Amino acid sequence: MIPELGHFALILALFVALVQAVVPMIGASRGDRAWMGVASSAAAAQFALVTLAFGCLVWCYVVSDFSVLNVAQNSHTDKPLLYKITGVWGNHEGSMLLWVFILSVYGMAAALFGRNLPPTLRARALAVQGLVAFGFLVFILLTSNPFLRLDPAPPNGMGMNPLLQDPGLAFHPPFLYLGYVGFSMAYSFAVAALIEGRVDAVWARWVRPWVLAAWCFLTVGIVGGSWWAYYTLGWGGWWYWDPVENASLMPWLAGTALLHSLIVVERRDALKAWTILLTIVTFSLSLLGTFLVRSGVLTSVHSFAADPSRGVFILALLAGFTGLSLTLFSIRAPSLKGGSLFAPVSREGGLLLNNIFLSAAMGAVLLGTLYPLFMDVLELGKISVGPPYFDMVFIPFMTPVILAMALGPMLAWKRGSLKTAFARLRISLALAAAAIAVFAAFHVSWGVAASMGMAVWLFAGTMETLAERTGFLRAPWRETKRRALGLPRSFYGMIASHAGIAILIAGIAGSTAWQSERIQIMHIGDSVALGGYEIKLAKVEDGIKGPNYTAMRGIFDVSRNGVQDIALHPEKRTYDAPPRTTTKAATWGDFPHNLYAVLGDPDPKGGYVTRLYDKPLVTWIFFGGGLIALGGGLALLDRRYRVGAPTRSKYAGRDG
Amino acid sequence: MKIRRFFLLFLLGIAVATAFADTARAVLPDEMLSNPVLERRARKISEGLRCLVCQNESIDDSDAALAHDLRILVRKRLLAGDTDAQVKQYIVSRYGNYVLLKPPFDAETLGLWLGPGALLLFGAAAAVFFYRRKDGVAETPRLSGEERARLDALMNGGQGGGENAS
Amino acid sequence: MKKVFAMLPVAVFAVLVGFFIYRLVLIDHGDTPNLIPSVMIGRSAPAFDLPPLFDGQPHFAAKDLQGKVTLINFFASWCEACRAEHGFLGEVKQAGIRLIGIDYKDDPKDAKAWLARMGDPYDEVVTDADGRTAINFGLYGVPESYLIDKKGVIRFKQTGELTPDVIRSQVVPLARELSR
Repeated sequence: MIPELGHFALILALFVALVQAVVPMIGASRGDRAWMGVASSAAAAQFALVTLAFGCLVWCYVVSDFSVLNVAQNSHTDKPLLYKITGVWGNHEGSMLLWVFILSVYGMAAALFGRNLPPTLRARALAVQGLVAFGFLVFILLTSNPFLRLDPAPPNGMGMNPLLQDPGLAFHPPFLYLGYVGFSMAYSFAVAALIEGRVDAVWARWVRPWVLAAWCFLTVGIVGGSWWAYYTLGWGGWWYWDPVENASLMPWLAGTALLHSLIVVERRDALKAWTILLTIVTFSLSLLGTFLVRSGVLTSVHSFAADPSRGVFILALLAGFTGLSLTLFSIRAPSLKGGSLFAPVSREGGLLLNNIFLSAAMGAVLLGTLYPLFMDVLELGKISVGPPYFDMVFIPFMTPVILAMALGPMLAWKRGSLKTAFARLRISLALAAAAIAVFAAFHVSWGVAASMGMAVWLFAGTMETLAERTGFLRAPWRETKRRALGLPRSFYGMIASHAGIAILIAGIAGSTAWQSERIQIMHIGDSVALGGYEIKLAKVEDGIKGPNYTAMRGIFDVSRNGVQDIALHPEKRTYDAPPRTTTKAATWGDFPHNLYAVLGDPDPKGGYVTRLYDKPLVTWIFFGGGLIALGGGLALLDRRYRVGAPTRSKYAGRDG
Repeated sequence: MKIRRFFLLFLLGIAVATAFADTARAVLPDEMLSNPVLERRARKISEGLRCLVCQNESIDDSDAALAHDLRILVRKRLLAGDTDAQVKQYIVSRYGNYVLLKPPFDAETLGLWLGPGALLLFGAAAAVFFYRRKDGVAETPRLSGEERARLDALMNGGQGGGENAS
Repeated sequence: MKKVFAMLPVAVFAVLVGFFIYRLVLIDHGDTPNLIPSVMIGRSAPAFDLPPLFDGQPHFAAKDLQGKVTLINFFASWCEACRAEHGFLGEVKQAGIRLIGIDYKDDPKDAKAWLARMGDPYDEVVTDADGRTAINFGLYGVPESYLIDKKGVIRFKQTGELTPDVIRSQVVPLARELSR
């Protein structure tokens, strides 16, 4: 009964989505208020129905209703409740439902917060949103229905891959989806603006919060996934340039560029066509990722490409949404007015530079990801494009961005002076030079010394920007405080995110340069010296029972100068259903070190294969990543978004 | 190391129902060479070679049986006195360029290696085009004394003045 | 000029979609991205000289490939897919192709028991205990089969199981042509 209710709710949602896509669009072109008003009620109904459907699927998982095929294939009664729930999106069908659920949440939010928007723009944006929902609902109902029944119901389910049974991974997909799907809002606004043929500063201000929210979630999703990979997977890596990782990085890069170009539109009414294009591209890249991952056209997805009809369907959705909007773009863009002029050396110029490099970097990642596919199609042979390629291409593209990131905020709008900016950043320059000299003296490679120099440059430069704006140490304390309180939250968001990037770079450089590893067979009582610590395998406990697994646990005593600091407890778990073995690494950080222990297979002679790593500063990568997301969150809390969207009349005649 | 495959897939929220078993990963103690210089070279080479059966990860990271054999082979070739390039060539001659995580620069990969640079050039060209556009709202920038002096010099001398006429 | 620029994104995207469609069509025809054609096709079989599985039988070496069309089949007793393929190998032999089995990284005891149970269609079975010969052939995993002509040149490779369809439509016709 419950699964049928969910199924029925989805079908209803499909019709509501159709209404939401069509009626407000016609209403907007006719100027009919009542028809336009359908948009918000449809969005609300859509939200209610999809929430009901999603709730039904969650319910099926919680009560372990194995008469539902999807539950039987992916769940098990022994699983802890948390993983029964998170198992809902641990498979293709359920994750698509989560996708549509999040889409409906955004639609609802747009209906709620969009009261100040011009009615036609709002109606059109919600209609586009309805169209996107319609496409995905058709996709779910025709190819990926999670509510299909199984008769007879098996006594128990097949279980979920134990790797997914980790809190870090459980909440990773929802964040990614909140990011990907969030960009659909910006996309809808862009299409609506193209239909109206009007893009201006006010439009940018309406769109920016949605982009900020989506970007924050995506950042959290990527950083969280990376962190999860680091602390559970036991190889100490956190990024591998796999097509699926790239699929999440590309919308992030485009979204980052978009955040910055929106500033130019909002403040200076320039770069409008480019910004619209970037908005379309960002959401298209989210769709492209879905296509690449679920269609099997790239090797990364080798084990998932079960159903080519899904690939065809998602490609049709991608071609439809992206193709339509880009065609609309090609018609409307030439008539968009150019906006105000600015010099290459200016705040806007810096933001444009950021956009060029980020977009080129995104294009390079796209090229590397798709190149094997191009070669396949052109019958040029099979090649692999792996980490060495992406490192070689990506790092030179990001270097100018990072160098300019400290300078940009010090430049004036319209026309800035590099001389003045450098003069204001002289402490940062000195610190960066000193950092390079010190690190080079420590015999690290020039690449690492340069990276550390960049990190210092960016961090110090960001702090100098903060000092500059608040008049720190130059103005009286009272004045500094007054100015600091007066600065908008979006400014602090920028400071936090830019500082986060600096910390991230230092983390990457440090963990690469100073990592050390010890791989050996250890017997009970053996010690290994690593990073100034003594790591002793004290004992190995076998047969530890978990809720649905049995574990072998190693106890490593970590001591320095004979004083014991802590014990590390890596595990090797064997799950009951499905019967799989996973490793659970143990990590412990004590600045600057980050120790990492993995217990491997027992050796016939009574020892154990152990892998011990010291990855100094590696946690900075995740801390920096978190700070980047936090900055986005701060910017989202800016007053000017809370006070409500400005109306166009208030903006009229406003000059940067 | 198929476990990592798993994470990657899950980055987009996809569970894969193939039998993944992960125990120890990557290089095992008994594979390693006692000569640290050779071992470091072996690790470096292994990191650049793709594990063929697990897709998109290096043999250094993989716990597949074939990856294990290839790691041993790499070390044997190094002990036999091969250079790094010779070791790679030895494996490429059997498995093709597909095993190289960094594709070679040749006619087929021209687009791959030159593409990013071309993209950047295109971006730069678009920026130049953009800065020279004339349809923007012209806001006459206030000229500093120095700029005014330079402008005057240009106007009077006529040198380089043609550039602004475009 | 502006109009041309504005058309550029949709044009690039259309080309991209074209590639995707073509790739999906290829998948539909069985050419999945993880299907990697062997670079060994058209090249002489690598040098090898492997000991027999059953005591008393001769070694089999690369030079023994001369003069006869041969199918080399890599198998192992621990390999599930080999079990599925095993029953069809008789067809290869019936077609007059010499069938050499190479037991890949296996315990000889297990391999002998496996062949005793499953039947032994091979003309000769040799062992590749450390898998080095397999790597020289460019092997990914078992089962894999290589059709080699009279001059010792590899002409065809099957990655994974030989199905009756592959044997009938590809292996046997090619072998017949090569025997001429």
